[in-house]
Parts: sequence; C-alpha cells; structure tokens
Amino acid sequence: MKKITLPLTDEQISTLKAGDSVLLTGTMITGRDAAHKRLFELAQDGSEFPVNIEGETIYYVGPAPAKPGYAVGPAGPTSSYRMDKYAPTLLDMGLKGMVGKGARNKDVIDAIVRNHAVYFAAIGGAAALIAKSIKKTEPICYEDLGTESVRRYYVEDFPCIVAVDCEGNNVYETEPKKYNRE
Amino acid sequence: METRIIKSQEITDAVKKLFMDCNYFIGDDIMTALKTARDNEQSEVAKSVLSQIIENDEIAAKEEIPLCQDTGMAVLFVEYGDKVSVDGDFEQAVREGVRRAYDEGYLRKSVVSDPVFDRINTKDNTPAIIHTKIVPGDKIKITAGGKGFGSENMSQIKMLTPSYGVEGVKQFILDAVRTAGPNPCPPIVVGVGIGGTFERCAQLAKKATFRKIDTRNSDPRYAKLEDELLESINKMGFGPAGLGGFTTAIGVNIETSPTHIAGMPVAVNICCHAARHKSAEI
Repeated sequence: MKKITLPLTDEQISTLKAGDSVLLTGTMITGRDAAHKRLFELAQDGSEFPVNIEGETIYYVGPAPAKPGYAVGPAGPTSSYRMDKYAPTLLDMGLKGMVGKGARNKDVIDAIVRNHAVYFAAIGGAAALIAKSIKKTEPICYEDLGTESVRRYYVEDFPCIVAVDCEGNNVYETEPKKYNRE
Repeated sequence: METRIIKSQEITDAVKKLFMDCNYFIGDDIMTALKTARDNEQSEVAKSVLSQIIENDEIAAKEEIPLCQDTGMAVLFVEYGDKVSVDGDFEQAVREGVRRAYDEGYLRKSVVSDPVFDRINTKDNTPAIIHTKIVPGDKIKITAGGKGFGSENMSQIKMLTPSYGVEGVKQFILDAVRTAGPNPCPPIVVGVGIGGTFERCAQLAKKATFRKIDTRNSDPRYAKLEDELLESINKMGFGPAGLGGFTTAIGVNIETSPTHIAGMPVAVNICCHAARHKSAEI
C-alpha cells in the first residue's frame, strides 16, 4: 500500500498508476453538487473563488453529523459523475486531485490527462470506517449549504484506490472486463 | 372486533427507533451475503473492498453511528389495520418520528423542499414517503428504510408491452443494472416491480428492495427468475465498488401485481449494499 502525502506534487502524481491502493495523509478540501455549481458559476463569470483550489485535492462528500466526541460523522464518497459537468473547469484552474466513487466521463478523463491530475476512488458505503481516517475538519466557505459546505479535512491514512491516473488509465474500464463471464 | 386506539406518541416512538436502527444496524441477511461474497471473490481488491464494507458495518453497529453518510430519504410501507384508530394525525406522528430520528440519531438531513428551483434543505429530513395500505386487523405494521440516492438515481422504469415476454423483462432489468455499472455502490440489491400501473410498478420495486434477500418470491416461476437474474448480473464483472469481481449484486427481489391486457410495466429500483430496512408492529 503506497503512502501519499497531500497536497499532491507533480512527481507524486507521476508515480500513481490506476489500480494502486493508496493511503492519503495531509489536507484536502470537500465539495459536492451544490458547491460545485456555485464555483462553476463563479468561474464562468470570471469571479474570484472563496477557496483556493490550486494544487488541492477535493473530496466529494456530504458527511452525516458528528456525534459528540467524534471529529466528523460518517463520511464516505458520493457518486462522482454528478460533478462531471464542473470538474474539467476546476482541473483547468489548477485542481490536482479528486476523491469520489464511480466512473467519470471522457471530458473529465481528458482534463485529468491535460492537467496531470489524478482521480481516486474511495469505497462507497464505507462511511463509518473512512471517518476514522479524518482527524480534524474546519469550515472554508458556503456554510449555508450545511452538509454540502466546503470544509478542510485533515486526514491520516485515508484509504482509496487510484481510479484514473495521469495517463488516463481507468480502472472502471479495465477491471470489470477481467471478470466479465458473459 | 372493537376499534383499538393507538396513541400517536407510540407511532412517533416506533418510527424514530426504526430509522435509527436501520441506519446503524445492517440486516443479518446482508451481512451473511457480504461475508459469503468476500470468501468467494478471487482478486485481492474485491476481497479487500468487501472486508472494508464488513468492517464498516461492524463499526456502525458497535458505535451506533450511521453505516453510510447518506442516511437516505425516509420511506415507509404501512399496513394499517381497519380496526385501528390513532388518537391524532397519523402522518404528523410519522413525520415527528422521522424528525426525531434524524435529529437525535445524528443522521444526515438530505431532503430539499423544492426539486427544481429552491432546493433548500428542510433540515429535518421530512417529508417522508409514506405508502399506506388498509388491511384487516387491529395492528399497524410499519416497514421503514432510509433510501440513499446514489443507487436511487440508477433506477429505471419502462412500460413494456406483452409481446416482450419474459425475455424482454430480463433484458430490461439487465440493461438497467449494466447502465448503473459501478455507480450505485455494488454489491447491490435489485428490487424489481412487474405489473400494475406506472406508479404501482415503481412502488412494487421499492417494496422489493425492502424484502430480505434470503427470501424468494412465493411463485416458483418468479423465484427462478430472481435466481437467473442474479446469476446473469454477477457475470457482468463490475464487482464490489465497481472495481472488478464476481459480486455485482447480492440479491434480486421481484414483486408482481395484476396488470392491464395491454401492459407489462417493469421497474428496477436499485439499492446499494447498505440496504437498510426494519419493521415493527404496533
């Protein structure tokens, strides 16, 4: 299992290959549907973002509330394809990593290759387990969105798999074929 | 038989407990299927994904925290005895139970007030989707589940016509699962509704996802269809988390209804491996 430090460096991204199991340690930002829509609209207007995304890794998550004594509530990935409309713009603006679950469209994969970025898959529905690797969170912006607000996560050994690497290799294309018995 | 009075507080308390319990404690049928799948998978990735899901579900139960952050939209199937009278507003009582479960149980509030324009969070996860059926008797039976939308979004309905036959039914179900691919958090539970009208068909599919996966349709022809579909789905190769493997689904449940001479509607309601539902009788 490869240990990866966030924020990602270009050299690190080059070493990541689709299918690698990795543990992420460092900081990432969060954002899902509603926050993406707002950021995308700002980008279209050429307005400044309330969060710096350059070099960042974004986690598509809307956590459950934290019980007393917990840093965060259960916090598994949400389906990434809903962010496909917005992701290429964010990648072109300097976003380096995305963490979610499920397949991406061709526009996103092209943008990953073009920008030397990476897409990680976390395990959907493993929210209670994943939350153990999130040590601290703090608000960044869009607090009115509640669970969809943009926050900073401090993670240690956050488990995921390289789903699309910087060359565009895509586990959702390659792996199911190996097990197809139709 | 005399009318039995049930206090609305009893309904609220029962609903609250059902939603907290279903979000913390995965059913034995699901856990058994996940463990069997882990033992049967051959790749390290598939085994590892299933082990993490099993560990996750064990943590959730032990710590009484939601097993998935998407604690769902609240769906209830109510069998309301015709000899029962609730002292108060039944729907309000249910709504209060949902509100308390999602608030006091640290469940995520995922409902927005308007689907297209406002999309403002209602902040208490209400309203719930309540399917009520009047049945003979002096009890109320409630089956409740939190339905996550990662898998709900992958669901489909089609108004097939009779000439499609059983092959057409199979084809549509398999196409829906194939289109969903890695997105609905496999291994999935596939709920199928066949027959009725457009809306009854969809409701049957949801009801099918609320049936335990270690049960079969009581009609042997549909039971056989459930088994055949499960086998076909698991040949697709998506596997756990869509990362490749032999366990794309852990269950296919079919529910049917009489339908019109011109119709054969089929609905496919897909549910993730966190197939959560609990029942209570009051």
